[in-house]
Amino acid sequence: MIAIVDYGMGNTASVSTAFTNLGYEVVITDDIQLLESATHVILPGVGSFKAAMEEINDRNLNAALRKLAKEKPFLGICLGMQLLFEKGFENGETVGLEIIPGTIDKIETPHILPHIGWNKLQISDKHPAFNRFEAKHVYFVHSYQANTAEENIVATTDYGTKIPGIVRKGNVFGIQFHPEKSGEIGIEIIRTFMNETANR
Amino acid sequence: MIVKRIIPCLDVKEGKVVKGTNFVGLRELGDPVEMASAYSKAGADEIVFLDISATNEGRQTMVDIVRATAREVFVPFTVGGGVRTIDDVTRLLQAGADKVGMNSAAVVNPSLITEASARFGAQCIVVAIDAKRFGDKWHVMTHGGSKDTGLDAIEWAKTAEKNGAGEILLTSVDTDGVKDGFDTELTSAVVEAVRIPVIASGGCGKPEHFSDIFKATDVSAGLAASIFHENTFTVGEVKRICQQEGVDIREA
Repeated sequence: MIAIVDYGMGNTASVSTAFTNLGYEVVITDDIQLLESATHVILPGVGSFKAAMEEINDRNLNAALRKLAKEKPFLGICLGMQLLFEKGFENGETVGLEIIPGTIDKIETPHILPHIGWNKLQISDKHPAFNRFEAKHVYFVHSYQANTAEENIVATTDYGTKIPGIVRKGNVFGIQFHPEKSGEIGIEIIRTFMNETANR
Repeated sequence: MIVKRIIPCLDVKEGKVVKGTNFVGLRELGDPVEMASAYSKAGADEIVFLDISATNEGRQTMVDIVRATAREVFVPFTVGGGVRTIDDVTRLLQAGADKVGMNSAAVVNPSLITEASARFGAQCIVVAIDAKRFGDKWHVMTHGGSKDTGLDAIEWAKTAEKNGAGEILLTSVDTDGVKDGFDTELTSAVVEAVRIPVIASGGCGKPEHFSDIFKATDVSAGLAASIFHENTFTVGEVKRICQQEGVDIREA
């Protein structure tokens, strides 16, 4: 069973459907026991970093999520990916879940923000499982980006500056774009996450 | 870099996709969820639903359609038509819409844009502008393009941006239905005036009209209805021609 963390930050329906269509049983919950009984934990999210951390703290999920990320395959999507990092600077400095080293900063680009639309992935050569997504388009909606070491980056996109699109540290993955809104390619990326974490 | 988007638009009345908006003798074309799903599989970059229902039942049906679409469609989709209050916006977003479009209500009450944008983020608030040429200016039209508000369309686009709109869906009342191409001058004028993405709408009759407007202006997306619904051209054919013409698109 896959658990999608419900913490009041946006659209869980499409994320849930993406996994259901791949044949997985899905539960949307903020119940720590249910989260602990899941095989995979998915942290979605739309909104601001600060508001999201407040919701997580209000629901006493902070310590539980840090613990789950050590124990099982864990995937953060969009804002959920940003929360995996140490600090966010949207609406002031906020401590994140500190699972992956790095910070979330405003995108510095000559282009308009938010970075919204279909943009192309470039895959790091250290992540062969994702090679087939080289130059594929996926759907982004965000104004802040991760700044983290090369070794944590699986894929980037170019928007006048290099933006991490997929990050990974061990069994923890983060996806900045919306795989659930990126057509067939997005679904294949979710499938790859499931395959990559299958033997852990 | 971000690619140009090709967007099929579905006019929905009382739960069915219909052809035409303001004319008598509307023809039913099919089920909105099935059609949106088919377009998404065919390579549409986004789907727009325009609810032209006249009844409260019809509007409630639209919420059900949005909920079902969120389960079937894996590209972003926007819902507009009859969005009057912050509650309407909330209802559609909670049902699973990625963006909500507002038109007449935003003209009457521009703070609706501000309120919705502050609550849900600019990225999901689309302001739809129907514009018609008057001399060397364009006026904002409401009531399906029939009522002149006297507002300058370019100024209104700037105001919408300032109030928190994340995107502008720009329909030319002059070219709409003529099928002789998008309105280049209007589109260009609005694109130059704002720093948010603009979707061009009205006048598309063949795939080349998409590549024409993408080459002539910095518009972010093109929207069309009839060329897709009448099976004249598929999304794939439109994209292939755009690609041949050197327009950067997502492969269908």
